[in-house]
Amino acid sequence: MVKEIMSGNEAIARGAWEAGCSFAAAYPGTPSTEILENLAEIREISARWANNEKTALEMAIGAAIGGLRSLAAMKHVGLNVAADPLCAVGYTGVNAGLVVVTADDPGCHSSQNEQDNRFYALLAKVALVEPSDSQECKDYIKEAFAISERFDIPVLFRVTTRICHSKGLVELEQPGETVVKPYQQNRSKYCMLPANARVRHVVREESLAELEEYANTSSLNRIEWGSRKLGIVTSGISYQYAKEVFGNSASILKLGLTNPLPRTLIKEFCGAVDEIYVIEEGEPFIENAVKALGFSCTGKDKIPITGELNASIVGAALAGKNPQAGYSVEVQAPPRPPVLCAGCPHRGFFWSLKKNKKRIVAMGDIGCYSLGVGEPFAGFETNLCMGAGISGTIGFAKALEKQGDPRKVLGMVGDSTFFHSGITSLIDVIHADANVIACILDNSITAMTGHQVNAGSDRDVQGNEVPAIDVVALIRGLGVPEDRLRVVDPLDLKAMQQALDAAVAVKGPFVIITKRPCVLIKEVARANAGRYCQVDPDKCVGCRACTLIACPAMAFKDNKSIIADPASCTACGLCMQMCKFDAISKVGE
Amino acid sequence: MATNILLVGVGGQGIILMSKVLAAGLAQMGYDIKMSEIHGMSQRGGTVTTQIRYGDKVYAPGIGEQEADCIVSFEKVEALRALPFLKKGGTMITDKHEIYSMPVLTGKAEYPGNALELMAEAVENLHIIPAMDKALELGNVRVQNICLLGALVKVLKLDAVDWKGLLADYVPEKALDLNKQAFAAGYAMI
Repeated sequence: MVKEIMSGNEAIARGAWEAGCSFAAAYPGTPSTEILENLAEIREISARWANNEKTALEMAIGAAIGGLRSLAAMKHVGLNVAADPLCAVGYTGVNAGLVVVTADDPGCHSSQNEQDNRFYALLAKVALVEPSDSQECKDYIKEAFAISERFDIPVLFRVTTRICHSKGLVELEQPGETVVKPYQQNRSKYCMLPANARVRHVVREESLAELEEYANTSSLNRIEWGSRKLGIVTSGISYQYAKEVFGNSASILKLGLTNPLPRTLIKEFCGAVDEIYVIEEGEPFIENAVKALGFSCTGKDKIPITGELNASIVGAALAGKNPQAGYSVEVQAPPRPPVLCAGCPHRGFFWSLKKNKKRIVAMGDIGCYSLGVGEPFAGFETNLCMGAGISGTIGFAKALEKQGDPRKVLGMVGDSTFFHSGITSLIDVIHADANVIACILDNSITAMTGHQVNAGSDRDVQGNEVPAIDVVALIRGLGVPEDRLRVVDPLDLKAMQQALDAAVAVKGPFVIITKRPCVLIKEVARANAGRYCQVDPDKCVGCRACTLIACPAMAFKDNKSIIADPASCTACGLCMQMCKFDAISKVGE
Repeated sequence: MATNILLVGVGGQGIILMSKVLAAGLAQMGYDIKMSEIHGMSQRGGTVTTQIRYGDKVYAPGIGEQEADCIVSFEKVEALRALPFLKKGGTMITDKHEIYSMPVLTGKAEYPGNALELMAEAVENLHIIPAMDKALELGNVRVQNICLLGALVKVLKLDAVDWKGLLADYVPEKALDLNKQAFAAGYAMI
């Protein structure tokens, strides 16, 4: 048997291939992104980056009803966007298998919340599968497709950051033949008009009851008997922490198929042990069920609901294992927060915004430009979810107006976020004739998640030539007149200022599109190679004006500014525009 | 019992590649392995951490405070930041290389230049090595990671693997010799 070191995300993609899945769609989002990136490398699979999680899931549903085993992947908050189709397909069921991967992020490594998406399985009445390592990611995906088809039910496949981005050895099997289930018209099953939906709800309740019977004997739910003094009920990554802390000393009920929960099996296990611990990350999803069955247990009274768990936390909470004294020294390490890269086009935008703070109040959104919230830019005041940076401005502007606040509200989204949910938001702005400035920060890529193509790209994830959507033409098409629309280079501070002046001068909607590609795009980096700025120490007076833009390539030493890291400098020229003494010049042009 | 290794540094220093080579070598030795990398926001000049655990059977992928048998730091201040994770009696290998973070560059925070001296007083098994200097001397800053790998292999006595042979699977052919030299140099630094 061939063994390979794989991340959970790689193993999910491998499992889908081995299961004969041939259609996949996703929207990039940490920690889920690499699932589709790996699927896209498989010739037998048609893989697409969708505009958002809802369209991704709808594409996959279409393929599953049509007859292909299909997979949609997204981060946890993405499932909020896709909740509508998820709840509908919960009733219709599938033809070929449908697996929806939700990658939750306990600890908020790169997310706005720690929501526990297991509850979506209850809400949408779909099956729920939770693997606990890379090997199970691969094996359980295959089982998930089988469950989906056998019980005519979508399967929510719930992983967490620590599963997605941890690597372990995985035993590989042969890729399976592509599964094609002939499409058969069935309107009463697939058209969710009220009369059909009522019937489908009854059908779903019946199939969930059958699936629960299956869950009681499924290999995904297993008991590892140890001492009967202590019984642990657990799932997902928490199983690993339980094993790490208790080894083989306790009995463990390890649950992999967690909706519907195998109540008979849980009763059998809990009835056979003296004391019960429920170890799970996030919400008391299993604990509530154990308690509802009449068993008292220890769980969230000792294990935190907040944050990510690890073996130390579990050990301290349940086994009295307190850490020994370690090493420490008197000095503290200075913080190292993530920053906008050297040459990042967003830097010019945020500097310009900062200069206009007295006239403009800004709302942010999700992307690399979220980093603009930090000092020295303090670039916006809110940051909730994708699209809110534009639609939120409509209500916010009304609120400021009522309070006599003269500042104009500005909202921002990136190009990928614009395609994701900014388009509908912008239509609201225009249709409401809102007195706001809508900015689209177009850097030609989905940058934050590691450079995925989007609807503005002329190639798709599998390298096929595709028509690129023209953002400016699209906005013109919405009826925005030319005198209310500016396309500017964000690194041209003069043009940026003129655009903001024009936007503040009029009442009503104004759209600014900042256009310059991300410096990390391969072709851009290649073009910039060997180009950098240098400071003439004789001309530099040490005024520090150039350091106000917080470029990581610059430093201030011995009362002079220097380009400390020429390799990362792209000669973007922003520091030159800050210098009043003509002390900075470009090299390598 | 698993052996726990922590690799720490700054985004872009090649930590992920080093962890891949290390894991492949450990797999060759027949160990069970779990490895944990958290990426996302950390790519943009933030702190990057990779955790590697190996042994007969490994469950949890992460390493908690005071659990690391060995820490390899690509940067001085990151060694300081990771110090609470070092087990009593564990080994710290750190490059003496310095990278200033934004709060340091803008004057909001001070870079503790004496971090290594203070650590040397507290930590019994401390190896301060000039991996970055060696990489510069060899003509490519990107081999700093493989130089540190050489040092780690020596500390952990992982000599049963043909590491230089393994490098061929992970680095471009034209850079292979350079990487082999970096590995040998790091090995000799301990």
